[in-house]
Amino acid sequence: MKLLTLNFLTCALKPCKASPLSFPLHPRDAELEIVESELNLSFLRNILPRLAWEELRGVVRELGLPDLPEIMPEAEALGKASSGKKTNENAANENTITTTTDEDELSPKPEVQPEAEEPDLEPTQTALDLHRLLLETSLRAGSLVCGNCGHAYKVKEGVANFLLPGHLV
Amino acid sequence: MLSTPSTAHVCFDRVYEPAEDSFLFLDTVSSAPETAFLGDRFGQRSEQRRSPPLVVEVGVGSGVVLAFVAANAPAIFGRHDVLCLGTDLNSFACRAAAQTVQTAIKEPAREPSVFLDVVNGDLASCIRPHSVDVLIFNPPYVPAELPDFSRHADYNTLPPESRSTTFEQDSYLLELSYAGGDDGMVVTNRMLEQIPAMLHPTRGVAYLLLCAQNRPDAVKSRIRDWGPGWLAETVGTSGRQAGWEKLQIIRIWRQELAG
Repeated sequence: MKLLTLNFLTCALKPCKASPLSFPLHPRDAELEIVESELNLSFLRNILPRLAWEELRGVVRELGLPDLPEIMPEAEALGKASSGKKTNENAANENTITTTTDEDELSPKPEVQPEAEEPDLEPTQTALDLHRLLLETSLRAGSLVCGNCGHAYKVKEGVANFLLPGHLV
Repeated sequence: MLSTPSTAHVCFDRVYEPAEDSFLFLDTVSSAPETAFLGDRFGQRSEQRRSPPLVVEVGVGSGVVLAFVAANAPAIFGRHDVLCLGTDLNSFACRAAAQTVQTAIKEPAREPSVFLDVVNGDLASCIRPHSVDVLIFNPPYVPAELPDFSRHADYNTLPPESRSTTFEQDSYLLELSYAGGDDGMVVTNRMLEQIPAMLHPTRGVAYLLLCAQNRPDAVKSRIRDWGPGWLAETVGTSGRQAGWEKLQIIRIWRQELAG
């Protein structure tokens, strides 16, 4: 199970959902593996506003992985112009990247239109690291523990089991 | 015409085999009106809604629908940075579906979207509230007695020291995929109750399959009674001519309220 998936999961028990302690779930006795996948730069750049960065940092720390930076990187820090195939038009796009500092998720950010810029960007080390952590580092076995009720959901062969006794009846 | 994902690796003795209902989902989400609706709501050209949509399919079975959406995200959403997550009660289906999606998004001609995982769970109970942008649910809709869930934990894994499932186990796992209790609505009603809390408050949309015995008109009118702005419309149908299994897919969403 990918670490990014933890960004979207919570305790399956209804009463826990109201408690902030039910997110994120805490990995315990985790056995990690790397499952390589293709890096999707526009995805990485666009997903940032949806990440619960502070909680993610906590999970990374609990797993004993190298610390994530305190402040979430800006989308602009994930792509760099590739030297070879630049055209004048694209160079112009690049200028708009460096001048934008707006952090509001909902505000228009013309520089993140992949149609215009994606072919001209290559991932920075920050992007490679983030891809490796969020999409390639996977929980193969262990448990996910709710910080509110303490229930431990087992992970086996990469599949997390959120079924509770009596859940279905 | 978008191709149907391969499910050649799936063992249909214990995982629901793609059938008319599954194919109705593929046709509906890729139909011109739905791609226009979804593109307008989630397409990257709509500046306000730039962040990648989270697509959650509840009860993925073989994974054919989620794989289709993941593999054809550019045609359906107008973007390829779409996140896909599945759930199923059947742990064998979880593994099979994960493989179906991974195979589909690896095809060389694809612009890959992002597949998260398939988790073994009941409906969407383990997903963070208000985080789902697109919910897909092809429920057990057949009016038939629900299976005896007390056996679930035993039947959800291989028997001890065995490498294969038993016949009773396979029958149980398949029953989960189709038996819907009274009116075929018991499981669907549980899902409907959770939908307002699951969907993203402004852009969330759910697609739900119903058969004629589920009384689709009554279901739609109940949803419209959830409160101001809630809408439910039929956006895909099949089997209109004969047979008792007349199917339709309804779209459930919330209209943005002015002011």
